[in-house]
Amino acid sequence: MTSLPQSTEKSLGLVIDLDTCVGCHACVVSCKEWNTGAYGAPLSDQDPYGADPSGTFLNRVHTFEVKQPEKPAQVVHFPKSCLHCTDAPCVTVCPTGASYKRVEDGIVLVNESDCIGCGLCAWACPYGAREMDQAEKVMKKCTLCVDRIYNDNIPEEDRVPSCVRTCPAGARHFGDLSDPESGVFKLVEERGGMDLMPEQGTKPVNKYLPPRPKTDTAPDLDVLGPLLAESTEGAGGFFGWLDRALDRI
Amino acid sequence: MHPAVSIILFTALSGLGFGLMVFLGIDPPAKGGWVMAVFAALALGLSTVGLLASTLHLGHPERAVKAFSQWRSSWLSREGVVAVATLVTFGLYATLIVLFGVTVPLLGWLSAVLALITVYCTAMIYTQLKTVPRWRQPLTPVLFLLFALTGGALLSGHVTLSLWLLAALGIAQVAAWVQGDKALAASGSTMESATGLGPLGKVRLLEPPHTGSNYLMREMIHKIGRKHSQKLRIIALVLMVGLPLLLGLTVEVKHLAAAVIVLSHVAGLFVARWLFFAEAEHVVGLYYGARG
Repeated sequence: MTSLPQSTEKSLGLVIDLDTCVGCHACVVSCKEWNTGAYGAPLSDQDPYGADPSGTFLNRVHTFEVKQPEKPAQVVHFPKSCLHCTDAPCVTVCPTGASYKRVEDGIVLVNESDCIGCGLCAWACPYGAREMDQAEKVMKKCTLCVDRIYNDNIPEEDRVPSCVRTCPAGARHFGDLSDPESGVFKLVEERGGMDLMPEQGTKPVNKYLPPRPKTDTAPDLDVLGPLLAESTEGAGGFFGWLDRALDRI
Repeated sequence: MHPAVSIILFTALSGLGFGLMVFLGIDPPAKGGWVMAVFAALALGLSTVGLLASTLHLGHPERAVKAFSQWRSSWLSREGVVAVATLVTFGLYATLIVLFGVTVPLLGWLSAVLALITVYCTAMIYTQLKTVPRWRQPLTPVLFLLFALTGGALLSGHVTLSLWLLAALGIAQVAAWVQGDKALAASGSTMESATGLGPLGKVRLLEPPHTGSNYLMREMIHKIGRKHSQKLRIIALVLMVGLPLLLGLTVEVKHLAAAVIVLSHVAGLFVARWLFFAEAEHVVGLYYGARG
């Protein structure tokens, strides 16, 4: 049934800190690595070593520049994966019931054996979180590493999504966003966590922590400086004496 | 959006077929028998070919039967269910006329109503998408229904009515274009809202997430349609409304003129439908620095 649940027992999701992300793409790589061998069909590549490579990814990092007039530009690395929306439009458009949102933890998943590959869910998602695998012809999306987070066969510290486990900057956080006692909930409260495209009415579970505004301005650069002779004007002490002594030789 | 041939064929041909069923259901040809057989075959043929074309678009057409299950929540599923109900009802109605000479008006009216509901469901597959602001307007289902009715009136030879419908279609189409051009701006989605970075300033894409293309860009970001949008709109309007209306009002609509009118209208329908997809902006394009 592709109707959305009235409510979910938990709202598992990610909190992504745009202030901390360094744009290294490690989460992209670890996501692909884990998910190509885990839940469902592998994440295929087309023409991977050729002239026009492309492939299926469940997590991608965009890089934006933000600028106010007369202020320095600010670079923001922006990882994006499924936001596991409360009002997920991708779920209700599905004609077969392959797409569903779990009642127990709010994770949005695709049952690949029911997916007919019509692509309508990808059209319905404003975030570009769903990609049709070009080899398997079924819809792929972030599973929040459902095969890691409940996995008793791996060490406890690994029971988080692969992207979270691998992030060297600690920019990704995982937890129950409906639990006021959880770390992620407090992080969102303290840092003013925000929704992407709130006007779409999807009520995303994943939140983004805004980067701090850049306040320091770069000193005015003298573009001709490197082309002119070195100036030692104002040098004093031992180095001043050395400068004058060497000039005299 | 990527204008896939399978989807253009599906929406255009099935619309024509179901439109013809509406008129055959309400007003079956007086001569009955063979004439009805030809018309019914045309209506069933167009809609069936259209529906089959839609399955070409699927990654796993062998599982297509599962798509009938989610009619409570999904417009695509509803479309499938109602389409099959229409084909069965109309098939029974036409068979009774052709083989037994029995006209059951109730069945005819029922298939006409079902045919209109099918076209409405087809339109709602696109109208429901908040992510494509150009489609999300009341004029989208109006336009799909007018296309079906106009095509049906032309194919079934209801000349006078078809002229009125052509005029209405032209007005609705122009209104939908005007409305659609404002839709993305009116939706409030911008690169700033997409990234949440608006409070920090104006956002611009510095680096895309990868050097090549991807499924999302191929599927949702299409620029050729938008570049030539104005020219294509004029071509579509002249072919689907202008020429048929001019011929319909000036010459006696007999076989040759009727054929020219129908062919011109259908050609215009295909141009308009291509443009419907090709110039539609998906908000995911904002993450790629594209205008949706």
